[in-house]
Amino acid sequence: MGKKSGKKGAGKGESPLITAVTATDGARLEIRRTPKLYIGGAFPRSESGRTDVLQLARGGSANVARASRKDLREAVKAARSAAPGWAARNASLRGQILYRVAELMEGRAAQFRDDLIAHGYGKSEATEEVAASIDRLVWFAGWPDKIPAVLGGTSPVASSHFVFTIPEPTGVVAIVAPESSPLLGLVTRLAGVLAGGNVAILLASEGAPLPAVTLAETLAVSDVPGGVVNILTGRRSELMPHLTRHADIDGVDLWGCPDDLLADAERGAAEHVARVARRQHDEKDRASAFQGERGERIDGMTAFLEMKTVWHPIGS
Amino acid sequence: MSSEQPPKRPERAVKRAAPSALTAAAAPAVSHVASALAASSPWAYSPAPESKELALIRPRYGLFIDGQERAPVSGEVVVTYNPATEEPLAEVAKGGAEDADRAITAADRAHRKVWSKMEPRERAKYLYRISRIMQERSREFAVTETLDSGKPIRESRDVDVPLAAAHFWYYAGWADKLQYAVPGRRPESHGVVGQVIPWNFPLLMLAWKIAPALAAGNTVVLKPASTTPLTALLFAEVCQQADLPPGVVNIITGPGEMGMAIATDPRVAKVAFTGSTSVGIKIAQGIAGQGKALTLELGGKAANIVFEDAALDQAVEGVINGIFFNQGEVCCAGSRLLVQESIAEEFIARLKERMTTLRVGDPMDKNTDVGAINSRAQMETIGELVASGVAEGAKLWQPECVLPTRGWFYKPTLFTGVAQSHRIAREEIFGPVLSTITFRTVDEAIEKANNTAYGLSAGIWTEKGSRILQVAAQLKAGVVWANTFNRFDPTAPFGGYKESGYGREGGLQGLSAYLRSS
Repeated sequence: MGKKSGKKGAGKGESPLITAVTATDGARLEIRRTPKLYIGGAFPRSESGRTDVLQLARGGSANVARASRKDLREAVKAARSAAPGWAARNASLRGQILYRVAELMEGRAAQFRDDLIAHGYGKSEATEEVAASIDRLVWFAGWPDKIPAVLGGTSPVASSHFVFTIPEPTGVVAIVAPESSPLLGLVTRLAGVLAGGNVAILLASEGAPLPAVTLAETLAVSDVPGGVVNILTGRRSELMPHLTRHADIDGVDLWGCPDDLLADAERGAAEHVARVARRQHDEKDRASAFQGERGERIDGMTAFLEMKTVWHPIGS
Repeated sequence: MSSEQPPKRPERAVKRAAPSALTAAAAPAVSHVASALAASSPWAYSPAPESKELALIRPRYGLFIDGQERAPVSGEVVVTYNPATEEPLAEVAKGGAEDADRAITAADRAHRKVWSKMEPRERAKYLYRISRIMQERSREFAVTETLDSGKPIRESRDVDVPLAAAHFWYYAGWADKLQYAVPGRRPESHGVVGQVIPWNFPLLMLAWKIAPALAAGNTVVLKPASTTPLTALLFAEVCQQADLPPGVVNIITGPGEMGMAIATDPRVAKVAFTGSTSVGIKIAQGIAGQGKALTLELGGKAANIVFEDAALDQAVEGVINGIFFNQGEVCCAGSRLLVQESIAEEFIARLKERMTTLRVGDPMDKNTDVGAINSRAQMETIGELVASGVAEGAKLWQPECVLPTRGWFYKPTLFTGVAQSHRIAREEIFGPVLSTITFRTVDEAIEKANNTAYGLSAGIWTEKGSRILQVAAQLKAGVVWANTFNRFDPTAPFGGYKESGYGREGGLQGLSAYLRSS
């Protein structure tokens, strides 16, 4: 995406947080991170051995794993096996686990900020984005134990029955993360899915995948069980036809789907009646969609909740 | 429908009276079910025919567009038949894409200029008025519905029509309270809503679709099913009688392609479909990438689970109601009986005994339990699937009963020894055919119940409350009936998991499908 690249990109005078450090001046040689996939709680490279070279805004580059169809299938397998356990955790606990992720993000704020700067954000802008992302996660951490009261309920039916409706998670949800908002947008879409009790396979922003990689590393040490979130980096045009058509994916969040891939993605999802969330028709993939109160949106949560209505006679 | 009550037992045999002149003239070909049972049988009932004349069916119907009846552009008509007699009832317009275009134009204009600008409390009053008129004309609706669909008059009179009126009543009250439906958000209507409904509950499905759409401020273009258009066209008269502004409701009859033309028109902002999973998928694919809102109510293969501690007589009634209500032509029909092995033999025996007392025949007879199958095509589908059940090795049983000589009737059918892999355990039959599977443990029951691509409904029969809640939580189904079955109410959401579709109808959840919030 490189939203700001070329504009604020290599700001003069600011101390660059990411540089192509060399050891010529006797400074310590930086240990670079290998950006990997996150599947079932582990960090594999793509089974295909492929990477994409990503140019960073302040110089240097990163070799980002280019996930294959087989990586996707592995991610679905991991997600499916993690789904019952995550759905069975009580709502309050799910909220606490999400809150714990926010705690850990706070501790890694500098790295998230560096990731954003590497993708062209200015320093203060990146700092704000990280803070907003952590706050957004805390906002969602409060949701799980309120969903049934807000979205479910009882029905005063005309016959002598007690009828109640409870929202339940759909299951395995694939998220095409917003391209324009590589951390705040990603956290917003992911947190909604997790708060609802679903497990996720997340396709990171193609142009700005590093915050997703750091989020994977954060999740790995959090209390979110392995497999509940699986993060893939790679090319959307290559993965999406398989992702939407995979019969063991119950729902797809297409918020970040590029316009030119949307029709095929929806056709694919329709093949197996997968639930679909997406931008409103007139809405663009812009970072502003997630900023401020406007970003506190639950459409990514409600799209993947199934209402179960239970009837029982009243009588002695 | 009354699954909690034990079967009605007549005091003694009543001799069958000679059919009245009216009945004989109206439906000469239908032999009443009473004649199918020996006169000595305690189940022999005298005929109690409802009067066909109450329906006031016109010889020909046009399309209802912009508040008026219009001829279709093609000038073509199709005939709708009485499934119980195979006699033609009326000619109905065969609409096409151009007619859909005209209806959508009318709906779009009505939305922009009238309905979305109207005070919500005024919109509410129109819906209340429609509900009242439906109540007032309920008998006419019931008779028309039964003649056109083949469902027993007892069901159209006691279930379809009152529930349809109740839906309008319920959603009328929402029209001026939308801000309470989505607290903290600004609710808005989508605009023009395209709706396609099936033939099994023609009027009720119309009400499920139109009532919440109008309450939310949308205008609608609705396509009834090709074989059951008459109550929808009667509803058009109700709209006129209620002085509903022209274009707010448009009802156009036509083939499936016309339904697709409605769904894919760019001016249609929301699509709602009830019908088969295969057509639902086609619609979803047809509108892919168009940014429309979509809800789908598709097929089902519900498990009705009977545990060994169930109240067996009640469970028998519930299983009977679950599969023979509306001839089993119900998306949420309890078409798979899962019975615990320890009671299977006794339960099947009681079930067979009860099945022999089902009165199959003239849908216009007030005593009829199982009416006519909606169409010849559906008869063939049922026959084909039943044949597959026999071929795959399941054991077929049908009660002794003589079916009317004309019309499309199918004997209540019970399969035992069904394997989960059999087609009759996997595919939606949409007929009076029950497939029995046994289980030993609670976990096995849940696993078998969920072993289907569908997830619309399920039934649980047990006297143990904690088990009900445990099993209900684990069933992947949108509606779970515990110690009851096939219950519906406007305040209660209805809809599926998995390939049974998405979105809910009924209740607050059903309203939100017709709102967009910003």
